[in-house]
Amino acid sequence: MPIQYYIALASALFCIGVVGVLTRRNAIIVFMCIELMLNAVNLLLVAFSKMHYAKAAAAGAVTTAGTEGQLFVFFIMVVAAAEVSVGLAIIVMMYRNVHSVDVNFLNRLKN
Amino acid sequence: MGTTQILFWFLTALALLGAIMVLVSKNPVHSVLWLIVVFFAISGHYILLNAQFLAIVNLIVYAGAIMVLFLFVIMLMNLNAETEPQKSIWMKFFGVATGGLLLSFFISFIVSSIDLKNKTAQLKEGDVGLIKNLGKVLFSDYVIPFEIASILFLSAMVGAVVIGKKD
Repeated sequence: MPIQYYIALASALFCIGVVGVLTRRNAIIVFMCIELMLNAVNLLLVAFSKMHYAKAAAAGAVTTAGTEGQLFVFFIMVVAAAEVSVGLAIIVMMYRNVHSVDVNFLNRLKN
Repeated sequence: MGTTQILFWFLTALALLGAIMVLVSKNPVHSVLWLIVVFFAISGHYILLNAQFLAIVNLIVYAGAIMVLFLFVIMLMNLNAETEPQKSIWMKFFGVATGGLLLSFFISFIVSSIDLKNKTAQLKEGDVGLIKNLGKVLFSDYVIPFEIASILFLSAMVGAVVIGKKD
């Protein structure tokens, strides 16, 4: 598959995530849209990894080109899992204090 | 058009449909379920690219653990379509316009770029994504980041407990 198709797909998913962050007020949905953006980047990294691997494999012998890209995706997933556990704990605490997950309530932090 | 192409377009359409439905759904539980559909479609793309390790990790970590956590929190708070806060129509319009402009910028870049001409992502073959190769590199060159990730998990666990406990 031409690499342009993968870049277009990842861009579309990323932009849908951006629109979600901008248009929704539910903190959990905003958080899910951030996960969507992370996944779009992951998909792009894997596609680029396979692009470099194919190029190196066509040039010659056994190669490990492209391995770094896939390991990077693995580490992004690790960080996302840690981020979700802390983020959801913060949202639960916010819900316990203001009885809402509306992000507009967060501007009361300034007082 | 071979099977691979058909699968590619099917998974692409599924991912985009799921992502749009995440935004459009009024009920947060439906949003979570559509996001799981997106993650399955992305895992299908990984399998198509022969990145089998990442496909399985994506299913276990994202579709399994993270989305169950989201679903659990939503059900704990008893959120539904009636309690869903709504932004004004103008905020929605400007949000969609911003995202559309960003997407059109990306697409115009992709179409006009010379560097991307005749580059292809290898499908179905290539052993770079197999767990044997990734494990060798992960436990030799990247062993220190791997260990730091375990410390990150420990601190995230402690942080989640400290934030979440009743005081």
